[in-house]
Amino acid sequence: MTQDILVVAEHLKGSFEDTTFELLAVARKVAAQTGGRIVVALIGGEPSMCSELGAAGKVVNVTGEAVVNFNPESHGAALDAVFEAVKPRMTMVGYTSMGMDLASTLAVKKEIPHAAFCVEVDVSGTINAVSQLYGGKMNVTSDLGEGPCIVSMLPGTASPDDGRVSGNPPVEQIEVPETDGKVRFSRLIEAESGDVDITAKEVLVAVGRGIGGKDDIEVAEELAEALDAAVAGSRPLIDAGWLPKSRQVGKSGLKVAPKVYIALGISGAPEHLEGMKSSGTIIAINTDKNAPIFAVAHYGLNEDLFDVCEELTEAINER
Amino acid sequence: MKIAVLLKRVPDLVEDLVVDASGKALDADEVKLTLNEFDDHALEEALLLKESVGASVAAIALEGEDVDKMLFTALAKGADQAIKVTGVAPVERNLQLARVFAKVVEEGGYDLLLTGVQATDDRDGQVGAMVAALLERPFVSVVTSVLPEGEGVKILKEYAGGVMAEFEVSLPSVLGIQAARQAPRYAPVSKVRQVQQDSTLETVDCGAAEGMPGMSVVVMTPPERGEGAQMLDSVEEVIEVLASKGVI
Amino acid sequence: MNPEYRVTASRPREKRQAYVEKEDVVIEGIDISGTWNRMYEPREIFDYDTTQMDRLTALEGAESMGWCYQCAQCVPACPVDNAGGDYGPRKVFRRLQLGMDLFDHSDLWLCTTCMNCLRVCPKEVDMIKIMPAARAAAVLDGKVPGELQEMFQKVAEYGNPMGESARKRVRWTKGLDVDIRILPKEKEASPVEVLWFVGDFYAYHQRGIDAAQAMARVFSRLGVDFGILGVDERCDGDSQRLAGEPGLFEELAQHNIEQFAKYDFQKIVVSGPHAYNAIKNEYPALGGTYDVEHYTQFLAARLDEVTAKLKGTFEKKVTFHDPCYLGRHNGEYEAPRQVLAAVPGVEMIEMYRCRQQGYCCGGGGGGMWLDGTAADRQVERLSENRVKEAVEVGAEVLAVCCPYEVSRFEDAVKSTNNEGRLEVLDIIEILDQCMESA
Repeated sequence: MTQDILVVAEHLKGSFEDTTFELLAVARKVAAQTGGRIVVALIGGEPSMCSELGAAGKVVNVTGEAVVNFNPESHGAALDAVFEAVKPRMTMVGYTSMGMDLASTLAVKKEIPHAAFCVEVDVSGTINAVSQLYGGKMNVTSDLGEGPCIVSMLPGTASPDDGRVSGNPPVEQIEVPETDGKVRFSRLIEAESGDVDITAKEVLVAVGRGIGGKDDIEVAEELAEALDAAVAGSRPLIDAGWLPKSRQVGKSGLKVAPKVYIALGISGAPEHLEGMKSSGTIIAINTDKNAPIFAVAHYGLNEDLFDVCEELTEAINER
Repeated sequence: MKIAVLLKRVPDLVEDLVVDASGKALDADEVKLTLNEFDDHALEEALLLKESVGASVAAIALEGEDVDKMLFTALAKGADQAIKVTGVAPVERNLQLARVFAKVVEEGGYDLLLTGVQATDDRDGQVGAMVAALLERPFVSVVTSVLPEGEGVKILKEYAGGVMAEFEVSLPSVLGIQAARQAPRYAPVSKVRQVQQDSTLETVDCGAAEGMPGMSVVVMTPPERGEGAQMLDSVEEVIEVLASKGVI
Repeated sequence: MNPEYRVTASRPREKRQAYVEKEDVVIEGIDISGTWNRMYEPREIFDYDTTQMDRLTALEGAESMGWCYQCAQCVPACPVDNAGGDYGPRKVFRRLQLGMDLFDHSDLWLCTTCMNCLRVCPKEVDMIKIMPAARAAAVLDGKVPGELQEMFQKVAEYGNPMGESARKRVRWTKGLDVDIRILPKEKEASPVEVLWFVGDFYAYHQRGIDAAQAMARVFSRLGVDFGILGVDERCDGDSQRLAGEPGLFEELAQHNIEQFAKYDFQKIVVSGPHAYNAIKNEYPALGGTYDVEHYTQFLAARLDEVTAKLKGTFEKKVTFHDPCYLGRHNGEYEAPRQVLAAVPGVEMIEMYRCRQQGYCCGGGGGGMWLDGTAADRQVERLSENRVKEAVEVGAEVLAVCCPYEVSRFEDAVKSTNNEGRLEVLDIIEILDQCMESA
C-alpha cells in the first residue's frame, strides 16, 4: 500500500463533472496529510482532458472500446486494474450514479472498508470519514483504520474550483481488461426538454413532500404565477407522477441556482440540497423546525406551507 | 423469470432522531423503523415484471420489528413468496446484511435480484452492490425501468440532469432500483390481514456473518447548523425579503 | 290465431314494437279489420344490460341499489348534486343501467355518506351501506384515488391521517396550564370518570389543537375528572371504514378497544361525531361496548354547572351547522343548540337547511381526502355552498362541533371571499372564551 490518493474521475459526453474537481479539492488536503501523490483514474475519456487534471501527480488513463461509454462492468474492471497498479491508501469516488456502480463493488472485492455519503475526510490519525446519514439529520464519523479504504463523497461538499488546476500531469495508459460482456451499453438518452427550463428561471417555487398531494400543488402554482416563477419539485414528487421530470431539482434531476429559491415543505435531504444549494437566496418554509433545510437556507419560516402560500400570494398580488 | 427482492427496514425520518448514551448510535427506544422506500420501489418493479411476463417474485428480509407484517404486505401486493431470515445476530453494517442475503439467495436460482438503490443508513455503501460483488454477478444501480429483452433485461440508468442511459444486462444479475415505473401500489389492510390468516412465511436460518474489515463508529452527532437560516416570524417579513431581492 | 307480424319503424324509437294485426276481421257483425284489431306484443322493458348493476348488487351491503324506482326524491336532497356534482343515488342507478363500471368511476368517490338521500328514499336505497361495500371492492382491486390511498397509508403506518409521528400525539398538551391525566403514563392504575377520546384533528391540526386546549380548560373549570389515552390513541377509523378500508378500520378499532380495556372509566366522551358514530355503533361488534357521549351531550347534561361558569358574553349572531354524523346519523340535534343557547349574548339563527335537512360539509365518508376528485366533478365544494348559506342568513359566527369542519369551513370562508365576514368556531372554543373572561 502506498500513501497515494486515487481519485476516480467522472465525465459524461466529453467533459468532466464538477464532482471530479470536488474530489481533487479534498484529495489535495488528504494527500498533504499522507504525504502521497494524487493519482487520477481516468477511465475512458480523451487524452486531451488530462490537461484539466493539473491537481494530480499522475493520471492513469484506461482506454478501450469497452470504456468509451460508462459501463459498470468494464469500468469496474478498469478501476480494479488501476487499484492494483497504484495500491492507494485511499480511493475517492463521487457519491453519484456512476460512483454507486463502482465503490461498494470495489470495497467488497478488495475487502476494505468503504464510507458512503461522505462530507469530510481526515487522515491526521487513522482515517476518519464523516458520513451524512438519515436524510442529513445525523453525521456519523467512521474509523477506516490505516487503509487502504474507499470514500464516496457527496457532491457539493467541496468547492470544485479548489480542484480545478490546469497542468501536465504524467499520463500512463493502460488497456481496459477483458470482461464477460454481461452489461452492454446501448445508448444515451438526452434529457427531455420540458415545458419550462427551470435552470433559466430567476425565481423557483419548489415543493417537497410537505405538499401532501398532487392537487395541492395548485397553491404553489398560484404563488409561482404571482412571482413569475416556475414550480419545481423534489424527487419523491416526480416519482409519484405529480410533476414532470423537467421540474426535478436534485441529485438525479437538475442543478439550479436561481436568484431566489423558495422551498416549501422540503426537508433538505442531501440529494435535494445537491441540486439547489448554490441558489442566491434560499427561503425555506417547513413545520419541522429541525428540518436540515434550515441549516442551508438563508431565511426560514416555521409555519404551515399552505397558510403561508395563500397569504404570500395574496400579498404579492395586492402590490 | 425468478426474481428476489431484498428488503431492509430503516429509521423513519418522520420521528425525531436521538443519539443514545454511547454517542455512537441512534437511541433504539426512540427509533421507529419503516420499509426503505427504494426497496418498496424495487418490489413494485418486480411486481410489474410479474404482471407483464409472469415472473415469480420472492420478498426476502431479516427478522425484526414489524418484519412479519412487511412480508405479509409484500404477499398481499402480489409477491409469490416471502422469506424471513432468522438466526442472525444484530446487524451493524450493510456488509453484514449483504453477506446474509448473498448466502440466502445463492441456492435460490434467482435470475434477478432487485433492491433499492440506497438507504438513508448506508454508512458503508449499498446493499445491492455488495450482494452482487459477493455473488460475482453483474450490477447496475440507479435503475428506473426493467424490461425483459431476449435472454436478459433492458434497463434505464439515470444520470444527473435528466440524462439516461440504456443498457442490456444478462441474467443472473443484480439491480439497484431508484424508482419503479409507477408508484408503489397499496395493499389494503383487509387484504394483508387475509394473507396473514391464509399464509405462513418461510423462514431460513442463517448464521452470523464472519469477520469483516473494521469500520467502527467514532461518534454520531447532529450536523452543526452553522448559522443556519435567519428565522422569520411572518409572511410580511418574507415579502420584505423578496422585495429586497428585487423579485417583486 | 295466425298472427301476421308486422314490425314497423313508424315510431322513432330504437326498440321496435312488435304487433299483430289481421287484415280481415268481423266480429258479431262489427268490422274491426286492420288497425282496429292491432294488438301489441308484450315488450320486455328490462332490455338494459344489467351486468354492471348486478356486479354492484351482488356485493353484500349493496343490494338496495337494485330497489331504486327512479322517483328522484334523493337528487335535490343530495349535497353533492347541489354543488353541481350531477349526483345522487338515482343518477348512479341510471348510469349503472346504462353500463357504467362504478368501480372505475368518480361516482364511487363523491358520496359523503351524509344520509340525506336515505332519509327521503321510499325504497330505502342505502348509500351508507352501498358505498363502503363498493369502495372496499375497488380498493382490493387497486382502484383508489391517489389522494385517498396516501391517507390510508399514513393512517396504517402512523395511526393518524396527517402522517405525523404517533409519539407527537400529546404535543398539544405542552404549555397548557391544565393538569391532564395521561392514563398510560400513570404509575398506578386508578379509576377515572371520563375517558376523553381526543381524536386526530384535535391532536395534530392547528385549529384542532386550539379546540383541544379549550376543551381541557373547560373540563378543568367544571371539575371533570378526565383522562386521555395519550400516544396510545389511534384514529377512530370510521372514515376509513366508509372510504373502502374495512380491514384498516378493524385494526384501528381493535387497537383502541385494547387500550380502553386497560382503564376503569364511567364513560367515553368524544370530541367529534365520527368517533361518536364509530364507538357507539361499530365498536360493539368488535367487542367494545361503552357509554359514549359527544362532548355537547356531556355538557348539555350538566348545563347548570356550565352556565354558572359562563361569566363573559359572546355578543354575536351564531348559526349552528348540524354535523351529519351527530345529527342525521345519530339523532342528536338539540344538545349542541342547548349549549350554545346557554352562552350569554348569543343570538341563535338557523340556516335553511338545518337539523334533519342539514347540509353536509363534505368531509364525511372519506371526503376530507377526496377534494381533488370532487373538484373534477363539482362546481364548488360543499363547504363553500354551506358557508354562503351561513352568510346569507346573517350569521357572524358559524359554530361547529366536528373537528373536520373547522378547517373545511375556514378554507371555504377564504375561497368564497368571506374573510372577515364569517368566523368559524368549535362550540368548545366559544365556551372557553366566555369562561375565560371571568
